[in-house]
Amino acid sequence: MKLSENMNQVPVGPFHPLLEEAEYFNLTVEGETVVDIDLDIGWMHRGHEFISEQKTFTQSIFLVERICGICSTSHPLACVHAIEDVDNIEIPERAAYIRTLVGELERIHSHLLWLGLAGHFIGYDTLWMWAWKYREPVLQMFEIISGNRNHYGVMRVGGVSRDIDLDRVKELHKILDTVDAKIKMIAAAAPDDPVLKSRLVGVGVLTNQDAIDMCAVGPTSRASGVPWDVRKDEPTDAYGLVDFDVIVLQNGDVWDKLVVRLLETLESTKICRQCLDKLKTVKGPILNNVKEISAGEGIGRYEAPRGEVFHYVRTDGSNRAIRHKIRAPSYVNIPTYSASCKGIPIADALITLAAVDPCYCCTERALRVKGEDPDAIDFVKLSREKTERIRREIHGH
Amino acid sequence: MGWYNKRLAKSIWVFHVSASPCNNCDIEILDLLTPKYDVERLGIKLVGSVRHADVLLVSGVINQKVAPMVKKIYEQAPKPIFVMGVGTCPSGGCCFNDSYNIVENREDVIPFDIYVPGCPPKPEAMIAGAAKLMEVLNG
Ligand code: SF4
Repeated sequence: MKLSENMNQVPVGPFHPLLEEAEYFNLTVEGETVVDIDLDIGWMHRGHEFISEQKTFTQSIFLVERICGICSTSHPLACVHAIEDVDNIEIPERAAYIRTLVGELERIHSHLLWLGLAGHFIGYDTLWMWAWKYREPVLQMFEIISGNRNHYGVMRVGGVSRDIDLDRVKELHKILDTVDAKIKMIAAAAPDDPVLKSRLVGVGVLTNQDAIDMCAVGPTSRASGVPWDVRKDEPTDAYGLVDFDVIVLQNGDVWDKLVVRLLETLESTKICRQCLDKLKTVKGPILNNVKEISAGEGIGRYEAPRGEVFHYVRTDGSNRAIRHKIRAPSYVNIPTYSASCKGIPIADALITLAAVDPCYCCTERALRVKGEDPDAIDFVKLSREKTERIRREIHGH
Repeated sequence: MGWYNKRLAKSIWVFHVSASPCNNCDIEILDLLTPKYDVERLGIKLVGSVRHADVLLVSGVINQKVAPMVKKIYEQAPKPIFVMGVGTCPSGGCCFNDSYNIVENREDVIPFDIYVPGCPPKPEAMIAGAAKLMEVLNG
């Protein structure tokens, strides 16, 4: 964008005290108002798709888990869905409940994490400390289920790797009750808070049309009145067997995004409770032994806390994928900045940027920057070239 | 520098450098500040500028794009500065050793003084790492 006389550029990053990950924004401002936003990513690119194509299926589940520390169930889950899709592999019922339980616990921890960071971004550290304090028991639940606070390693092709015995189910029930009570407390207190409200209502509005045009997913789109949720639209695992609502709000501002996430957290506790109840009664194996995966293609979808994550694998009958394509939700949510950030005061810019809960670790796998001038890269061109390359690979001409 | 290090050990201020991690180590670092672990009681404080820092917490496998920036940050830091590698990523490369985009030798980019392995390390392990560092500083 060409700068006129009274425009200035404000660079943010790549290392900035408020940003947890390395990322670089270039805000063009006129006075106080943001008129344009540019963003440079690639600081987190580690080449997952490339590495995954050299690993066996089971190894690549561990690898995709490490795409992002916050979605460390969503990626493996979408990945195993994709691999299972190749051969239409069924999973045992008990495994389905465990998968859903872990997935929903992750949503609780991720949304609480976002809530805390959102508070931190607007300088409201009390909310941060609160939200993270009550997130701790969720991590404790993960430790009981999987032995690790993050990166659970629970998903396998054909089921899950760990069972949860009855004593643990009871223990988890107890912890869930405390978490639930605390979330309810936050959900009741936060909307009444005048600071939060005056800071967030009407800020960074993403209109319904923009959300549809830009293909926004997850809470970002659901706060703008687009009722898309993979869990409801195409239920996998135990989502078809449990009862829950999809939260949809209409205004599209940061406030609505916050409320969507809070209410979703409550829905998640509801799902978790149902899963735990079922784990008491539904017995049976947790893993179907899958000997081999035949040649073919498969897609896997899952509603991650940030939106739909999509995995595609192509196999040739060996024990590894010959093509593994990953599409993370932040990648489609990030372009909504151009709609929601323009025209707002610069002080509101950061919370608007944070409101889509962007995860750059997820996003940055698709671009190779080495040896090139990063400014000269044309994303559209690269992406088209990539599509063309894949088309040629598949069709052979 | 012994006298200086001893004073440093009383209250180390840390700056967090995320050099292409998976985010998990970073959220565990932030976790340290929240009520359950609350490292501020030990004098450890997360600061906003590298110029105020005594210790750099580096997480991640340092990819080609971020490496020059990490180097720059190290150069900008007031010396003596100590570098703590958080997680398996800086200590062993985790599962990214086959990647085309990571630097070959992380120690060339930034000289690590102490590693805390684990994927991600538990906050307790990070506190233990910091305690060891303090021990060394105290001589
Ligand atoms: S050590 Fe593990 S948790 Fe930490 S950044 Fe690396 S992959 Fe993520």
